[in-house]
Amino acid sequence: MNRLLACLLLILPLGAHAAARGTGDLGLFIERASSSVQIVETSTNTSIGRIGELGDLSHASVVYSRDERYAYVFGRDGGLTKVDILKAEISKRKMQSGNSIGGAISQDGRLVAVSNYKPGGVKVFDADSLELVADIPATYGDRQQRSKVIGLVDAPESKFVFALWDAGEIWVLDMSDRKQPKIQKFKGIGRNPYDALITGDGRYYIAGLFGEDGMAMLDLWNLSAGVKRILPNYGKGTQKLPVYKMPHLEGWAVAGNFAFVPAVGRHEVLVIDMQSWQQAGRIKVHGQPIFVMARPDGRQVWVNFAIPDNDTIQVIDTQSLAVIKELKPGKGVLHMEFEPRGEEVWMSVRDENRVEVYDTRSFERKSSIPATKPSGIFFTARAHRIGL
Amino acid sequence: MTRLIWLALSLALSAPVAASDGVSGDRERELRNLLIQDCGSCHGLQMKGGLGPALLPEMLQGKSVEYLSTVILHGRPGTAMPPWRSLLSADEARWMAQQLLDRNLQ
Ligand code: HEC
Repeated sequence: MNRLLACLLLILPLGAHAAARGTGDLGLFIERASSSVQIVETSTNTSIGRIGELGDLSHASVVYSRDERYAYVFGRDGGLTKVDILKAEISKRKMQSGNSIGGAISQDGRLVAVSNYKPGGVKVFDADSLELVADIPATYGDRQQRSKVIGLVDAPESKFVFALWDAGEIWVLDMSDRKQPKIQKFKGIGRNPYDALITGDGRYYIAGLFGEDGMAMLDLWNLSAGVKRILPNYGKGTQKLPVYKMPHLEGWAVAGNFAFVPAVGRHEVLVIDMQSWQQAGRIKVHGQPIFVMARPDGRQVWVNFAIPDNDTIQVIDTQSLAVIKELKPGKGVLHMEFEPRGEEVWMSVRDENRVEVYDTRSFERKSSIPATKPSGIFFTARAHRIGL
Repeated sequence: MTRLIWLALSLALSAPVAASDGVSGDRERELRNLLIQDCGSCHGLQMKGGLGPALLPEMLQGKSVEYLSTVILHGRPGTAMPPWRSLLSADEARWMAQQLLDRNLQ
């Protein structure tokens, strides 16, 4: 009986209904231990399907096609999977390297780029067919070593930008002519860029440096000015704590003229004045921040933390720069994603095997969805944002 | 059924280690989770490498529990490998090193 029901449930959405619904309130989250994703709907806060056999999904991330129907899932094991979220099925899948870390979709939605650790470099695929379009090895130095690539983002004018962890370089890849990719390299940007972001307007690319203080910034409207170091004096001479997990910069939180970023190895969120690119403040927080994410209206910033403080979330008010709320959703809070207009936020609580939805005004828990070791959460609204 | 077999296997494999290193059942579960999930965030959930190198038994051949647990406790200054001594005891680090060498990760 149950089986019959399950079959019916499976078949029904595939019929006429599938074509008749929008995808603007859909998304998915990664279940990293079981190699699966669950498709979710944010209007009712429910799970509407699960897709398995996606390989090693530790650190997996997702971008969306411009019609918000297909999700491209980038797996750690080099798997690139195109998922049809309406039909809840894999539409194409390819093993494209041995070890990869994330990807991006081009401005026009026709190309998908993947950044690889091993062999280090970037590969660009046709978004439709997943055929290889360009292979860009991240070679550097006299012996032509290959570097791990991090912080790959899309940028306006058919560009992708990324950084080389081992080489300390930023590369701008221009794909306007598919047959002749053009690369511009910026060397000596600082040791071990660990992640990078692009501002929502697509103008500034900023890489965090693990090996030294400060961040490396490239103004894409002004490439000839080269890479500049911002926040150069941050933390000089003070002892850092061990870094158990690399912070993420992707959720670059901007509110007014201020940007909020996680400090590496410190229990602090940094406030950056985006006019002068100087540090405008630092906010003491509960642990080492991992994701520092602004509610879409910019009024609040939500922060999660590295082990051993990963059971906690703090909320910063961006006007007073004070922590106004602390939540304890449970052990292993790995990621957060705001609903497109910010009234609710979803978070994965890995060790409790739940994805939870909180109201961002009352801070009450609204829903809880069972999940297997959930990590990244990605809603389709990302399809129309630069750098996501 | 397969679960049962797994359970039996992992008990059989890990019991002696646990006993000799004084890692109790509950803590062992925590450590296993830490090893897969948190070490895994740099070394890969399946220890096939990421920002940090792969830690498969093949790669670790010839390296001693002593050596590996020292790296785990003290990290590698100047690299992204952090010291874990404020979260792990020496016994626990040895236990982890042994798990890596045995590839006893499930
Ligand atoms: C933030 C990233 C990161 C995390 C988290 C991390 N490691 Fe590492 N680990 C590294 C890097 C990078 C290296 C290589 C260091 C070097 O270049 O010598 C390394 C090296 C090692 C080595 C030495 C391997 C060898 O062959 O010499 C061991 C053992 C190790 N890690 C175990 C662990 C364990 C166990 C954990 C969890 C308790 C862990 N690591 C967590 C980044 C990390």
